[in-house]
Amino acid sequence: MAELQTNMDVDTSQMKVSDEVAIDIQSMNKWYGAFHVLRDIDLTVYRGERIVICGPSGSGKSTLIRCINALEEHQAGSITVDGTLLSSDLKNIDTIRSEVGMCFQHFNLFPHLTILENCTLAPIWVRKTPKKEAEEVAMHFLEKVKIPDQANKYPGQLSGGQQQRVAIARSLCMKPRIMLFDEPTSALDPEMIKEVLDTMIELAEEGMTMLCVTHEMGFARQVANRVIFMDAGQIVEQNEPEEFFMNPKSDRTKLFLSQILGH
Amino acid sequence: MSDTHAQTVAFVRETQIPPAPPPATETGVIKWVRENLFSSWVNSILTILSIYFIVRGVIAVYPWFANGVWGTSDLATCRQILDGATGACFSVLQDRWRQMIFGIAYPDDQYWRPLLAFALLLVCVAPVLFSKLPRKLLILSALYPFLAYWLIWGGTIMIPIMVMVGFVAGYYAFTWAERASGFAAGLASFVVTASVVWFIGGLISGAMPGFIALQEVPSRDMGGFMLNMILGTICVSLSLPLGIVLALGRQSSMPIIKGICVVFIEFIRGVPLITLLFVANVVLAYFFPPGTNLDLILRVIIMITMFSAAYIAEVIRGGLAALPKGQYEAGDSLGLNYSQSMRLIILPQALKISIPGIVNVAVGLFKDTTLVSVISMFDLVGVLRGPILSSTAWTGIYWEAFGFAALLFFVVCYGISQYSQWLERQLRTDHR
Repeated sequence: MAELQTNMDVDTSQMKVSDEVAIDIQSMNKWYGAFHVLRDIDLTVYRGERIVICGPSGSGKSTLIRCINALEEHQAGSITVDGTLLSSDLKNIDTIRSEVGMCFQHFNLFPHLTILENCTLAPIWVRKTPKKEAEEVAMHFLEKVKIPDQANKYPGQLSGGQQQRVAIARSLCMKPRIMLFDEPTSALDPEMIKEVLDTMIELAEEGMTMLCVTHEMGFARQVANRVIFMDAGQIVEQNEPEEFFMNPKSDRTKLFLSQILGH
Repeated sequence: MSDTHAQTVAFVRETQIPPAPPPATETGVIKWVRENLFSSWVNSILTILSIYFIVRGVIAVYPWFANGVWGTSDLATCRQILDGATGACFSVLQDRWRQMIFGIAYPDDQYWRPLLAFALLLVCVAPVLFSKLPRKLLILSALYPFLAYWLIWGGTIMIPIMVMVGFVAGYYAFTWAERASGFAAGLASFVVTASVVWFIGGLISGAMPGFIALQEVPSRDMGGFMLNMILGTICVSLSLPLGIVLALGRQSSMPIIKGICVVFIEFIRGVPLITLLFVANVVLAYFFPPGTNLDLILRVIIMITMFSAAYIAEVIRGGLAALPKGQYEAGDSLGLNYSQSMRLIILPQALKISIPGIVNVAVGLFKDTTLVSVISMFDLVGVLRGPILSSTAWTGIYWEAFGFAALLFFVVCYGISQYSQWLERQLRTDHR
C-alpha cells in the first residue's frame, strides 16, 4: 500500500480528543423525493476528532456533512451541533452556521470581492466585528495559509490551490469550533493538492474538530483518528485508520479499498 | 536499438529563451490597414465599394447641411430663399426651440428652473454612477428628487420638505420596529409613521403657501424634451429597485409572494404599453373615489414604471439564474442571513451580469416616453406633431424637426450605453 506511505510530518502533540460532544447525529434520515439518500445515520463526534468520510460517489457522504450545517434539510432523526438542536428555526440554523466552517470542492469564493474582503465579509456582517479588527484577523489567517501577499487580488487571479486555501482562511475568520471539508482537493492538480492538505494538517495539529469527505487516503491515515466508510446512504464501517486500512471487516469496504488503492 | 539517435530523442533545456519583441512588420498603421481592409481580394473590393458609397452619401447630404437656412420665421420664406436648391430649413429650430425643449405652456421667464434642475441632476447622479467619488456625496443624490420637484413644479418648499421628513421618520420607525419584531412590523410602522407625518405636513404646507415659494407650474404645462427627461429619469430610477424586488420575489420560496410577483410580471409584460397609458389616462380615474384627481404625470409614471419593472425583473432573474448554486451555499455556510447574502453576494454579481439587459430596458424606456404623445401630452414628439407641424408657418417640415428630436434622444441613449460599457469594464474582476 504505497499510497498510504506519504511523507507528511504530523505533529500529534496537540491532537487530543476530549469527552465533550461536538456533533450528535441520531437515527437521521433524508430523502430526495422518493429516493432514500441517508438511512439511519448515527454518529457522535467528540471535540478534537479528525474524521475522514470516504465511500463511492453517490453514497451520501457529501449530503451527510451538508446536513450538519443545514445546507440540506433532513426529514427524520436529530442533529445536535454544539448543544444546539438543528430544527427549522432560522435562529438555530444561523447559530450553527456561524460555529461551523465549511470548505467546498469548488471553493465558492466570492468573485466580485478581493481576497481580504472575502475573509472579512462574514465577521463584519454576522459577528459585527469592527472592520479594522476583522482585517487584522483576516491577515492573520491569510498568513497562516501562506498567501498574505495576495490579499488585494481577486479570486480569479489565484490558482486553484491558493483559492482553496483562501476558502479555508475565510472559514477560519469566523473562528469556528468545527470545520467541514467537502472534497476540498478533488478539483485540484496534484501539485496543488499538497499545499491544501498541508494547510488542513496544520489545522488538525492545532486541535480543530474536523469532518472531511476526501479520497486522500494518505491524509486519512496520518491525520484522522477515525475513518468512516459509507455506501448507499449508510455508514458501513468505521474504525481507527490503521485497522480500517489494514484489516477492513466488510466485503464492501474491502472492494472499495482494493479499487482505490490497487493501482 | 542501435538506430536510436540519442542526441535527438533525449533533450534537456538548460537555458530559458528570453522574450523577444515581435517583428517590425507586425505593428503599426500599415499592419492594421493590411489586416482589416485589404486582407484578401474580396475584402479589398468591399473596402473600395464602401469608400465609394460613403463618398456618394456625403456628396448627397452635404448641401442639405451647407445650404441650411437660419433666421426665417416660416417655411414659405425659407423655401423662397433656397429657391429650389437642396437645403435644410433649420430656422424651425431657431423659431420653436423653446417649445421643443420646455413644451408649449411652461412660463418663459422660469426656464432657468428646469435648466438648473438638469444641471443638478448631472451633479447629483454622479455619486450613484461613479463609486470612486466619496460616499458622503450620496446625501446629495438622496436630496435631489425633492429639490428637483420644487424647482420644476414650484410652490412652497414646505411640500418637498414635509415629504422628505415623512420618509426619514418612516425610515427610523422601520429600523426600530424591524429590530424589535421583524420585517413586516417594520414595513407597517413605516407606512403608519410616514402617513401621519405627511398628513400633518400637508396641513402645515397648506397653511403657509408663500413660504420660500416659486411660481407654481401645473403638470399639464410640462412638455417638450423636458417631459421626456422627467419621465425617463424618474421611471428608470424607480423601476430598477422595483424590478429587483420582483425578481427576488419570483425566486421566493413563499408561494404567496412568488404568486403575486409571477402574476404581476406576466400580466404587465403581456400588455402593450400604449394600453397601460390609456388606462392611466382614462380608466384609472374610475378606481379612485370621485373628486380625487391624481396628477396625470403621476399616473403615467406609475404605468411606465410598472411596465419596465416587469422587464427589468426578468432580466435580473436571468442574472440570478446564472450564478452558481455554490455562491448561495457559501453565503449560507458563513452564517449570513437572507438579506445580507442577497445584498452582499448575490445581487452585486447578478446585477453585474444583467447590466447589458438592464441598460437595454432603460434605453427602451426612455424612448418609449414619447408614447405619451398619444394620450395628448405634449412631450417632444407631441410638440412636433401638434403645435409645430400643424401650425401654418411650419406645416410640412419633417426632416429638420424629427432629425433634431432623434439627435436629442441619440445623445442621451448613447451616453447611457457608453456609461454601461465603462461600468462593465470597471466591474470585471476575473482576469486583470
